[in-house]
Amino acid sequence: MPWTPFPTSAPDFERPGPWQFFTTDEATAVEAIVDRIIPPDPDTPGGKDAGCAVFIDRQLKGPYGSAAGLYRLGPYTKGTKEQGPQSANTPAELYRKGLAGLDRYCKANNGGKGFTQLSAEQQDGVLKKIEAGEVKFDEVDAQGFFDALLKDVPEGFFSDPIHGGNKNMVGWSMIGFPGIRYDYRDWIHRHNERYPHPPVSIAGRADWTPHKS
Amino acid sequence: MVRKLPAKDVVIVGLGWTGSIMAYELADAGLDVMAIERGPWRNTATDHPPGYAADELRYRIRHELFLRPEQTTFTFRNKMSQTALPIRTWGAFMPPNGVGGGGVHWNAETWRFLPTDFVLRTHLTQRYGAGFLPDDMTIQDWGVTYDDLEPHYDRFEYLCGTSGQAGNVKGQIVEGGNPFEGPRSRHYPNPPQDQPFGATLFAKAARDLGYKPFPQPSGNMSRAYQNPLGVRLGPCTFCGFCEWFGCGNYSKATPQTTILPVLLRKPNFAARDNSEVTRINLDASGKRATGVTFVDTGGNEWEQPADLVILSAYTIFNVQLLLLSGIGKPYDPVGNSGVIGRNFTHQTISDVVSFFDPAKFAFNPFIASGSIGMCIDEFNGDNFDHGPHGFVGGGYMGQVQTNGRPIETAPVPPGTPRWGAQWKKAVKENYQSALKPGTGVHGSMYSYRDVYVDLDPTYKDRFGRPLARMTIDFHDNELKQNAFLTDKFAEIFQAMGARQIVKEYRKGPYDVTKYQTTHLCGGAIMGTDPGTSALNRYLQSWDVPNLFVTGASAFPQNPGYNPTGTVAALAYWAADAIRNRYLKNPGQLINA
Ligand SMILES: Cc1cc2nc3c(=O)[nH]c(=O)nc-3n(C[C@H](O)[C@H](O)[C@H](O)COP(=O)(O)OP(=O)(O)OC[C@H]3O[C@@H](n4cnc5c(N)ncnc54)[C@H](O)[C@@H]3O)c2cc1C
Ligand code: SF4
Repeated sequence: MPWTPFPTSAPDFERPGPWQFFTTDEATAVEAIVDRIIPPDPDTPGGKDAGCAVFIDRQLKGPYGSAAGLYRLGPYTKGTKEQGPQSANTPAELYRKGLAGLDRYCKANNGGKGFTQLSAEQQDGVLKKIEAGEVKFDEVDAQGFFDALLKDVPEGFFSDPIHGGNKNMVGWSMIGFPGIRYDYRDWIHRHNERYPHPPVSIAGRADWTPHKS
Repeated sequence: MVRKLPAKDVVIVGLGWTGSIMAYELADAGLDVMAIERGPWRNTATDHPPGYAADELRYRIRHELFLRPEQTTFTFRNKMSQTALPIRTWGAFMPPNGVGGGGVHWNAETWRFLPTDFVLRTHLTQRYGAGFLPDDMTIQDWGVTYDDLEPHYDRFEYLCGTSGQAGNVKGQIVEGGNPFEGPRSRHYPNPPQDQPFGATLFAKAARDLGYKPFPQPSGNMSRAYQNPLGVRLGPCTFCGFCEWFGCGNYSKATPQTTILPVLLRKPNFAARDNSEVTRINLDASGKRATGVTFVDTGGNEWEQPADLVILSAYTIFNVQLLLLSGIGKPYDPVGNSGVIGRNFTHQTISDVVSFFDPAKFAFNPFIASGSIGMCIDEFNGDNFDHGPHGFVGGGYMGQVQTNGRPIETAPVPPGTPRWGAQWKKAVKENYQSALKPGTGVHGSMYSYRDVYVDLDPTYKDRFGRPLARMTIDFHDNELKQNAFLTDKFAEIFQAMGARQIVKEYRKGPYDVTKYQTTHLCGGAIMGTDPGTSALNRYLQSWDVPNLFVTGASAFPQNPGYNPTGTVAALAYWAADAIRNRYLKNPGQLINA
């Protein structure tokens, strides 16, 4: 995780490298899922190439995954929707159990094929059923798992690349968000004129880094 | 074992906006002041330099600058018949933590309340008759008037360098400002901020519809400014990472950029961070505070004796500490007796999201500041005749879009799937040409008999103390108000030429997962009658006269504006009463 909770800490930058939370099988499944949630198109990479799976992996390994800082004392009681989440599962547990549930569900209903072995259409079909609440997992709420994905995947696509997603700022470039440029005094008056400059990350820009050879 | 520290003249609980104001005022009066703050120390250079202050995931999504619920949280239910459950992760509001309090990461929208807001029950009863108000509505007059507070509003605005356009100077209506505001003694210290395209278009459409739009009063500097204490702020650069974030430019008025640099130089001021006050201590009579007990991060307990206690821990923590310390009679909604926890309120926010033709509109939504925007005030307070509508209250509304940060602000038209190729395409297509003001309709929430704070019977904090329990729901009056205001608001976007408009009405029940504002109010309210208020008109406890309680906990109900201008004006007003009256003759300032 790129920072130690509580202040006065400059961020660490997430680097590519081995999975830190997911097993290889889980990672393959997550890469397939993030590419259905944000599919590639001719102009912009999909969730996988944008690093959304890496982002989620690093998040689950860090304080977010363990629900650090949240109120974790019991009793755990199911309340009304308005009372907010009351599950004892941490996000890490939700993903571990949710991915296992997805695997079992896919294999049971597709002649032993896991999610990654299905066609893109079949994958979409499975995810739509989960979204609609038509699928039950044994250990966790399948719909709740999908809701977590719908939150975490766009976060990976749009957060600063230092967190492992939004690789090469592809999410920002897609919409024209300039990142952390921080000073727009030159453009506040230029009404209805699209801001022309490319984005900048907390880690700078690749083309601001000199070639070594 | 509790270790006892040397006695001080004053102990301040919580070094946020009002704690900083009180500390400065009382240290300036020559008193020995100790402030105790639950969270860490925060500075611009070390905590939010421009190099990484603009991290949406870290600060907005993961709530880096806020209290961790594991440290303390609240339980919540809509109705007295329900079992309250703990808020495990923040949603409807976001409690501050650390030096500067909410001042560090606020937007700095810096409003005054209307003169009638302070005499609300009297005013509404005179205009509409007592029968016009719902039976269970418990709104009250404040015991203080706009005229009492005017000089103190002025002080805060000059401290902060508020950027704005006056609408009423000494009774003279000024073109371009808010014609409904109470008379101010002079103009704002700084001209209004420049406005981006969306806000400008909104103002034009509002003017065409016959309204009087004006720039939102802003604590984001429109130019470099040196305040009366000699502290300097730089011009705001419209970075778009303001609300939820610290400012890397020293451009947002915060305790750090306005008071603390001068306060810290005073030899008679000291502060401890990362120390949570767990109790206000009373002597055997129960009528005098002897100081406070606090716990440091090592778990060590300390006692800080003091002659005067200022409780400035933010609304709900103020109420919780009063309840846990046994100060004042706890409110009982059934018997309708007691005062602590009474008249708790929040806010009635709604929004209108509008989609324009991408071929014709590029709003650059990321060019924004925390308090940017153009507003109208025609539907606030009692600025319009409520007679035909069957509700009271209102709010300002405006195109006050504070960001285009893509995790939070990537609107897609209704009917778009939540994921997949169509979602991706819709995000791309609409990002530049949609408007999403955030808190577009900033509506009031009036007080009711069954909306209150008490102690939870089941859930505990990390010290084993009961959590504070909120019982809160929207009442018909607020839902009617919101429907009326949201429709009016949408008409303006229609007139701007939007091709699709989505009205996001506020609907009941109150939902603790949906962010509105962090404008919790009430629970330790001011007033003229000790039977229905916890504090007198100087924020002094009726029960323990050497205790003053600052913050929006004193509001008998929440008007349709952001609170901090008034919260700060009340702090200056109370400080003035302490300096000029209480210190000469310590004791109860009002004979009830
Ligand atoms: C995201 C956000 C945006 C906002 N934007 C606006 C805006 O634009 N305009 C506006 O008017 N208002 C705004 N507000 C509200 C504003 O921040 C508050 O009104 C203001 O800070 C209140 O001042 P205060 O002194 O009462 O409390 P705070 O400034 O919150 O200070 C209270 C301090 O007490 C400390 N504390 C609490 N309990 C204890 C304890 N037991 N022991 C020791 N210390 C303790 C806290 O850590 C905190 O530092 C916003 C708030 C938030 C969260
Ligand atoms: S919008 Fe302006 S005041 Fe706010 S953080 Fe950015 S530069 Fe600072």
